[in-house]
Amino acid sequence: MSLHATLRVPDRDVDVAVEVPTGRTVALLGPNGAGKSTTLAAVAGLIRPAAGEVRLGERILFCANGSSRFIPPHSRGIGLLAQDARLFPHLSVLDNVAFGPRSAGMPRGRARDRARHWLAQVDATELADRRPGALSGGQAQRVAIARALATEPHLLLLDEPLSALDVETAPSVRQLLRRVLAGRTTLLVTHDVLDAVLLADDVVVLDGGRVVEQGPTSRVLTHPRSSFAARIAGLNLVRGALDGDVVVGPEGMRVAGLVDDSSVEGMDAVAVFSPAAVGVYRVAPQGSPRTEVRATVTDLEPHGHQVRVHTAYLSADITPAALADLALTPGDEVVLTVKASEVAIYAG
Amino acid sequence: MTRSTRPGHAAYPRLGLPSWVFVPAALGALFVVLPLVAMLTQVEWSQFGALVTSESSRAALALSLKTSLASTVLCIVFGVPMAVVLARSRFPGQSVARSLVLLPLVLPPVVGGIALLYTFGRRGLLGHELDVLGLQVAFSTAAVVMAQTFVALPFLVVSLEGALRTGGQRFEEVAATLGARPTTVFLRVTLPLVLPGLASGAVLAFARALGEFGATITFAGSLQGVTRTLPLEIYLQRETDPQAAVALSLVLVAVATIVITLTRRSRTAL
Repeated sequence: MSLHATLRVPDRDVDVAVEVPTGRTVALLGPNGAGKSTTLAAVAGLIRPAAGEVRLGERILFCANGSSRFIPPHSRGIGLLAQDARLFPHLSVLDNVAFGPRSAGMPRGRARDRARHWLAQVDATELADRRPGALSGGQAQRVAIARALATEPHLLLLDEPLSALDVETAPSVRQLLRRVLAGRTTLLVTHDVLDAVLLADDVVVLDGGRVVEQGPTSRVLTHPRSSFAARIAGLNLVRGALDGDVVVGPEGMRVAGLVDDSSVEGMDAVAVFSPAAVGVYRVAPQGSPRTEVRATVTDLEPHGHQVRVHTAYLSADITPAALADLALTPGDEVVLTVKASEVAIYAG
Repeated sequence: MTRSTRPGHAAYPRLGLPSWVFVPAALGALFVVLPLVAMLTQVEWSQFGALVTSESSRAALALSLKTSLASTVLCIVFGVPMAVVLARSRFPGQSVARSLVLLPLVLPPVVGGIALLYTFGRRGLLGHELDVLGLQVAFSTAAVVMAQTFVALPFLVVSLEGALRTGGQRFEEVAATLGARPTTVFLRVTLPLVLPGLASGAVLAFARALGEFGATITFAGSLQGVTRTLPLEIYLQRETDPQAAVALSLVLVAVATIVITLTRRSRTAL
């Protein structure tokens, strides 16, 4: 069933519209405080928005446009998986998973059979008799996934389901989610680009309680229009007015590149390019590269086999040898150059 | 002095505690313990058995246990919903409601007894209605239970509300998204999770009911076997038979000690 949600929560300055087509997974991306969790809580019915509508398939779960309607969370048919597994500590793993079917009125025996089926789906059959306190973080999250799926929800909400797991456990749980989410209607909150790429068909980027960008995951990550999407995709993004084949960005920064057909002179445009396409110099190099930006180094960090040089607006990747040669430290003045052939310019 | 390196002690290193605080702390502890010791020295152990099993003593002890149990049940029946409403819902005037509910904690029990008398007594607010129904509440065993419930209820509400707030709503939210109706969430998630808090609250309420004196003597009087509970019996015996009073006091001390032990055990189980 498809989800259509338009929500306004003035208390938290959230005003968004989100759609999840039937059988697809949509990732809600955005910095902390962007309104992702508020959106999820409103769809689940855990908070009541001031205005808007939440529709799941043909069923209106919430509306406050003239007429008013609020279906409580237990009647929505929406499953929720949180950061922490939140397994009921007083019930065994099996009874945790059987909780949903039991609440729907299923007799104990059948509910437990259903629970065993879902535990098998998440490779956790052998945990059935344990108490939640005796599980590792990854095991607990697997059981929580089985518990959410055992109610056979029409829509699944995932709130950063991997963020509480350590780096060794997260990949296997991510693989599990990839398997069980296939064909399910899912809204996923994350700040991890890997989750978006591996789990989501589409992404919606929130910032300051508003949708700033949305579209298919691959397009948003290769052609970002928001600085947040560019940052998690590891790209430089300069937004400004288009002047010929140059984007005039903040503080008069001029970035030349290849302009696509959709862009119109004078309109807002973005120039997007990889940090690997940025050259770093102590003094302006010979010849005249089209894009030459003076900047101050703010930070240096290892990035794979390279070193990423951060400045106020742009980042550059250079080799450790080049770094030693330049003898850079934060606070140094540098000249950054970008080849026009490596910059994509499109409507912002 | 070298610090113990056993694992159990290493977790609590003595950090910057000024040495002088041990003096007032020890004096305070002495102030609490010494009177109990003094009482122990006064007990005529040879007559102890006879004193605590005399007819009036047995009647008072039985009445005390019976009424305290009854009022603990009433505290649970009314106190659990009160704590849940205070901890989980929001309504106008909530902080005022909480203060009023907790009032008996700081009110002198005698005042509570007078308040009950002017509510349920023959000339009280509801006295006429109760009379029409043929009910005489004041100076009956029911009045003892009511007086004890009045003073003990806040103990249960306070400790349970605290447990509910500490636990938070995370599990209840998940239970709701799993399709559990509010009643199911309450019975299968909320209550089991606060059971240790409920147990310690009930034990505290029982202990308070057992020791209740002022409200009981004001609202229920002192009729042997009907309203004369153990504290009232001790107070009366003190005039006529001090030995019996001391012996019965010791019984109450023993009960209180058991109660505290039970509470501490349920706290650690939390």
